[in-house]
Formats: sequence, structure tokens, C-alpha cells
Amino acid sequence: MKTIMDLRKDLDEKKVTSDELFKIAIEKAHTYQDEFNSFVTIMDKKEEKESNSLLSGIPYALKDNFSTKGILTTASSNILKDYVPVYDSTAYKKLKDAGAVLVGKTVLDELAMGGTGTTGHTGIVRNPWNKNREIGGSSAGSAAAVALGIVPFSIGSDTGDSIRKPAAFGGLVGFKPTYGRISRYGLFAFASSLDHVGCFARCVRDAAIVTDILKGQDEKDMTSLPNEDIKYTDVIDNDIKGMKLFYIKEITDKTLYKDAGEETLKILDKFKETIEECKKLGFTVDEVSFDDNLLKALYPTYITISSAEATSNNSNLTGIPFGPRGEGGSINEIMFDARTKGFSELIKRRFILGSYILQRENQERLFKNALRLRHIIVDKMNELYKTYDAMILPASGGVAPFFDNEIDRMSDRYLILENHMVIGNFGGFPSITIPNGFVDDMPIGINITGKAFDDAKVLNIANKIEDKLGYKGLIKEEYDV
Amino acid sequence: MYKVTIGLEVHCEVKTNSKNFSSAKNAYSEYPNENVSVVDLGLPGILPVANKEAFRKSLLMALALNCKTPDIVMFDRKNYYYPDLPKGYQITQETKPVGVNGYVMINVDGEDKKIGINNIHLEEDTASLDHFKDYSLIDYNRAGVPLLETVTEPCMHSSTEAIAFLEALKGIFLYTGVSEARTDKGQMRVDVNISLSKDDTLGTRTEMKNINSFNSVRLAIETEIKRQKEVLENGGVILQETRRFDEDTLTTHSLRSKVDAVDYKYYIEPNIPPIKITDEWIDEIKSEIPMLQFDRINKYMEVYGLSRYDSEILVKDKAVSDYFEECVFIGCNPKSISNWITTSVLGYLNKNELDIKDLSLTPKMLCELIDMVDNNKISSKQSKEVFSKCLEENKEPNIVVKELGLTQITDDKTIRDIVTKLLDERPDLIEDHRKGKNTFDYFVGQVMKETRGKANPVLTRDIINEEMEKR
Repeated sequence: MKTIMDLRKDLDEKKVTSDELFKIAIEKAHTYQDEFNSFVTIMDKKEEKESNSLLSGIPYALKDNFSTKGILTTASSNILKDYVPVYDSTAYKKLKDAGAVLVGKTVLDELAMGGTGTTGHTGIVRNPWNKNREIGGSSAGSAAAVALGIVPFSIGSDTGDSIRKPAAFGGLVGFKPTYGRISRYGLFAFASSLDHVGCFARCVRDAAIVTDILKGQDEKDMTSLPNEDIKYTDVIDNDIKGMKLFYIKEITDKTLYKDAGEETLKILDKFKETIEECKKLGFTVDEVSFDDNLLKALYPTYITISSAEATSNNSNLTGIPFGPRGEGGSINEIMFDARTKGFSELIKRRFILGSYILQRENQERLFKNALRLRHIIVDKMNELYKTYDAMILPASGGVAPFFDNEIDRMSDRYLILENHMVIGNFGGFPSITIPNGFVDDMPIGINITGKAFDDAKVLNIANKIEDKLGYKGLIKEEYDV
Repeated sequence: MYKVTIGLEVHCEVKTNSKNFSSAKNAYSEYPNENVSVVDLGLPGILPVANKEAFRKSLLMALALNCKTPDIVMFDRKNYYYPDLPKGYQITQETKPVGVNGYVMINVDGEDKKIGINNIHLEEDTASLDHFKDYSLIDYNRAGVPLLETVTEPCMHSSTEAIAFLEALKGIFLYTGVSEARTDKGQMRVDVNISLSKDDTLGTRTEMKNINSFNSVRLAIETEIKRQKEVLENGGVILQETRRFDEDTLTTHSLRSKVDAVDYKYYIEPNIPPIKITDEWIDEIKSEIPMLQFDRINKYMEVYGLSRYDSEILVKDKAVSDYFEECVFIGCNPKSISNWITTSVLGYLNKNELDIKDLSLTPKMLCELIDMVDNNKISSKQSKEVFSKCLEENKEPNIVVKELGLTQITDDKTIRDIVTKLLDERPDLIEDHRKGKNTFDYFVGQVMKETRGKANPVLTRDIINEEMEKR
């Protein structure tokens, strides 16, 4: 399947026009929509803006939680089902200015909360590699759109692993750079201190191209980082000899997974094979031990902080300034009704949880302790980054699950394996998932997470490993048209 | 007897170009929803951008209130649902207010008193609601306007003290230029906490919120004191609650009790990274604080010998006080200048509803005018005429004096020549004078007639006296 660079070449050599690319993408989007449900909105008109950037004329898909002026933006929630923003998010604006062509707005788990791609108000998103399996979430539609070959890249948001997990399930590259590298202005907030903007692509180079366009300081986002004088595409081929990687024993040691299924063991085997490949490439790779209690705390810490922030961030959804108007005799009843009807049960559960966590009598024990744990975990990581250039781990403990898979049967250990990528959000670390082959005919991924601000290095490492592994531009044969 | 204890929370809008966290204009508008950005509306995806000027002015105010300032800029979220709060939370300061543990000096009936400031913090104002019979309208013009909340210690014991504090606070806002502090525009709003007790322990307090004028504050305090006293005297108990003051009936009514108090679930605003406040910045801001009213009054009384009454009039408006000080700096007599300002200048400004900045008469000119009187160049009566003409015709005093031909004849020889001539003409009247008849005033009148009133009267009398003695 063609990468951004392939399409760039075709466009530059006039083998194809951007109008044709757009038309093909739209056709594919419509063809696969009923079956896979990638999109909330498929565009019918092409944005006519050209530039001399690498992305000019290249079609892409945008997660439906990025504000797009004049284009419906629902966050896959009923409470925003008719919401048409009046302003552009910075990420969208930058892509528009670069001449990238929006194909559609993609389905997510409602308000980006969830990791299954099954909770959006317009229905579930299916995995192109197996229709009976999830693609994962919350950036489900953005992952599916690339995995189906509709677009060569797409934009997602990542609060726990919402880009990097579906990337693994879809055989894609999923990258979120350092917190603040890309402006969050216009991204519908889930948990502001954990939210990142990132992208899906078919190869590391494409992810670097897209990030080069998206990154940069934004006066509208006080947490955005100062500009760096570097283009990631210029450095991803740098020599990596002598670089040091580590993986965590408590996450990857097969002997700890006594009750685990065949699938998980195969994934761990595959991971170890890849570690050997890395060593052949010239990396030093060490196994390090990480406090098991901290690892067990990862998921609870994440849920605590993200639910609390989400409760506050979504308090603007009352149906008063915008959104479907509730009914009732008093202003409180009106807001209550709008929120009762507008959110699914899952979302309400998170808000109640978040509200409980922030209550005065619980805040110290729950919220503040979670913040302390986050701090301790990040400190521990930064300690390791003094010795190592990056951490490498399996992106998931299994392949994309079937829709009827019951998550609550998972063991503690499996939960760590399944959720460790939140470390990247805790520390705002640059983190990338790249394909690591297949298990049971389904794609799996490995994740590489570096020190904050080391975006270039993480892309460099990932690119070298991708080269060595050869899982580049993966797509299921029937969609490779 | 009950001891009354009062604590105040004063909200005051900060004067800035743009709002606290958005680029929308911070300005009063008669058109609803004119100065509104997507940030003020709390639309999905918006982020706050802290207004540096609002924070600088808040620091300035904190320092002017003798507060301890924090090491970093930090904001918190106060979470609650209300239609005037579009985001569903207010960005405020709970963890690290811009100032803590300060004080303001006030003077009540000639006695100095220190009013403790618990903290002062920067937050954003809400939208304003207009309620009608079966609907309400929201105006977002005010949403996001920087708002400074000053919280006093419960340390005032009468409405007089409370009003004196409010006047002093307003004065500091005006002197520092942090706010225009106009109560008539709702820029300054007061929450009052009152409790009564028989001993030194604090009684149960009630709160009245959002009182819009100082006079209403005074009435509210007195009304609530009276109510609490009656309740206690009848053996009742005061409930901790929020009450509404009804100015028309001079009564207060229970709104909600403490049991219904909202848990605001404060937590740190994640979208504004902490920014360090450097010592250099603090020093720079400190240097911008002018001498404030309380200190100026003391200076005028102690150094210039003015009365408290006059000093208080002079410092009421900083521009007037600055005008006065410039005159003193030029070298004019402080008492003379004080008299001039408190009577003629302020009288003129009040009558014409003008600001001292609109006055065409500069301190230098006013000093010239006063000098002319002090040096007998013109009479005190003439000076008033010159003053009016200067302002009417926008001219300098010396020019007006020349035009009116008002310059006094203070030259000894000129007057003496006239006197000699007059005495020579009427030796009979000199004779009458010696016999005890008053003919002196006749000669004075003649001199004035000859000089068309320009001869200096004191000098004229002296010369006539001398010349008559000689004969």
C-alpha cells in the first residue's frame, strides 16, 4: 500500500492529481462505511488549499473530537450529535494550511473515553483484519481508515493509549510526541494533563512527516512547547549504534503469565525475537526490574486522574450555550435532563467516579494519591532514561479482541501488560507503536517510549527497527487496491 | 451588649485590554454578547491563555495590600454548574493566591486601625443573567473578565469600619490603576459576613452576597446586626447560612443553609503551566506602587501641617493629590495651595463636572498665580478673577493679569509721587487730620482713583502715613 512519500512522488510526477486522490479516498470511505463504520462524516467537497509541503494534496482522516469550523464535530456523543464548531483546532488548521485534504471525521469511543471503538453514538468500528474483532480505541475510526487503505495517514488523540493501542491492533504505526509538542487547542478535552495529539501512518517516516507539520508552539495553548530547530524526517535515518534500550522484566517475563492464553505467550515470544533483532542492529538491550507495586498502580492511577479531569472538562456540556436542549421546570432540571439523555451509561459512570474522586472528603485519598503515584512513576522512568535512550515493550497482551470478549476476566498481570502505555501519558513521553508481525493472522505491535523532548530519537529508533523487521505499509490483501 | 464581627469578600474587576483567559475585549458594552470569544463561551476544545497584565496588576494589588506573594503563578478550577458559568468551572486561585496575610490601614474617627487581609486571588467573572417571567437571557460580555477577590479577616466591628475599609480598598484600586472600581457598573461587589457574640469567641456567621454599593453594604450590615440581636435576645440561635438583603424593606431573608453548601471540588488547572515569579519582577512591580492615601494623609498633616479634613479632601482623587504634590514640589506654600485646591479648583471642577486632568491651569500656572498674591502683585480678590479668566479663556495667569491691567503698583516712588501731589493739593485736609478728623481714607481713595485701583493698598497706606507725619 502506498505511503505518503509514494503518493507525493505520484503527485509531483503528475501520475495522479489531488482531485483524483480525494475522489478515490471518498469512494473507498463510502464503500467500507457500512461494514466498518470508520466515519461520522465523509466529506463531499475537497478543501482547495495547496502548499509546497510534503502533505499538499494528500488525503487524510481526522478524529471527530477535533474542532473543525463549519464541519459537524460530535466526539461520537449524542450530546454533541448536531454540534457544528465555529472555530478550527490548531492541528486541523495546520494540516489545512499544509494542503492536506480532509476525507472525513472519524468515529471514536464516546468523548474519547474507552479503548474498544464500540461506544460511539453512530455504532461500533470493526477491525479491517477481522470484522469480528475490535480495532481498539478510542481513535477507532482513524485507525480503521488507515488500515482499510482509505487514507495514508490520520489524526487521533491519545490520553491512555488511544492511538498506540489501535495502531497495534490495526498493523499500523501510531505516534504521540512529547506532551506539548503538538497544540491541543481545539481538541475536545478528555483529561487535559494526559491528552496528546498524534497520528496513524503506514510507516515511521510518514509519522515523522505528519508530526513535522503538526508540531510547534501555539499561543493558544500555554502547555505547547517552544519550537525546535529540527525536522524529524532529517534525523530518522541517523546511526543508532551504541544506543541503549530496556524492557521491564515484570511485564515481559513469560514465567509470570501462568494462566495466560497461548496468544499472550506468542506475543511475548515474538517480542523477545524482536529484541534479538534489535541487538543485531547494534542496540544494547537490557532487562530491568520495575517496582511491581508501581506497575499494578498504573491502571488505577490512570483511571483516577483521567476520570477526575474528564468530569470537570465535560461540565460545559449542559445543553445551555450549545447542544440539545433539555427539558424541565428549572435551570438545574434542564441541565440535568440534557446530560441524562446526552451521555451513555458508561460515560455517566466515569463522571460519577470522577466526581467522587474530586470530592473534598475523598480528594486527598484518591486524587492526590494518584497524582503522587504518577509523579513517582515518572521519576522512576526518568531515572532509567539517565542510562537508557528508550524503553521497548509489547504494545498489548493480545491481538485485537473479539467483540464479545469479556475484559473483566483479565488477571492483574495481564492488566499491566495491556495498560502500561499510560506511562507515556503520565510523563508526556514521546511514544510510538510499530507493527511487530502477526499472531494468529492478526497484527501485533511493539511500543517504543523515550524521554520527554526526545521525539527525534524515538522516531529514529523506531525507523531503524521498522527497517530491520520489514513490517512496513501493512494492509490486508483485499484492501490493497 | 453583643460584640459585632464583620469580614468582607470584595470582588473587583481588573482593568485590562483583554479578558483573563481569552483575547476578547475586556470592556463594558451596552450590546449583549459583543465582547465574546469561543473561550468565553466554553466551547469544546478551548484552552485558557493567562493574561499576563491581569496577573501583573493582581501582584501589584497584593503588594499594595502588604501581602506575601507566591513563588509561582498557579490557578485552580472551582467546579459547579450554573448557566452563567459556561465551562462548568471557574478558573480561580485556591492553592497559591496572588497574595496572603496582608493588611490595609484605615482611619476611623481619627484613630488608625489595621485591617487584616486573609488573601487576595485572581479569578474570572461569570456571564450576567437577566431574569424574566418565564425565561432568562445570558450576556457573556462579562464572562472571563479578570476579577480580583480580596478576603479580609473577620476583624471589623461596625458598619463604619467596614465602609472605611471599603473606601480605603477602593482608593488603593484607583491609586494603583488596577481597577476603576466603579460600583455603579458592577465592577466592585461585596460579600458580607457577620456574627455576634457576647465574648471574644466568634459567633455563628451569616453571609450576604453580591452587594453593589457601599451604602447598601452599610444598610445590610446594620439590618443584619439588628436581626441577629433580636434573635439572640429572644433566646434563638443564629444559623450558618447565606441571606439575601432586601434594600426596599430593610430586611434579610434566608437563601440557603450551610448544609446545602456546594463542594467545589477544587483542583489545579492543568492547562496553565506554573510560571516562576522572580524577585526582579516583584521589585519592578513594587517600584510602580505610588504612595497611597493613608500615607499621603499622614504626610500632609505631619510635614505640611494641613488638617486631616483638608488632607482627606486632597487625597480623594489621586490626580488631585498628585497635582497638589507637584505644586508643592515647584515650591509653592503647601497651605496656600491646599486652600486653593480645596476651594477654587475643586469647586470649579465640581461645578463643571470636570476631571483635574481636564484643567488647563497647570500646577506651574497655579503656583504663579498664588505667588502674585503672596508677593502683593495682585490682590486676593483679583486673583479669583484671574483664575476664572484663565480657565475660561485657556490662558496663563500672567497674560490674563496683563490683559486685565491688574498688575499692582508696588513701586514706592510712583506711589509716593502721587501721594506728595495729593497732599500738596489739600493742605487743609492734613490740618483736619491733625485735629483728629479722619481724612486719611480720603487720600487712600484718591490714590486708588489716580491709579485705577492698581496701587498696592498696604504700601499706599504706609506712604500716606509717612508723608503726613513729615508735614
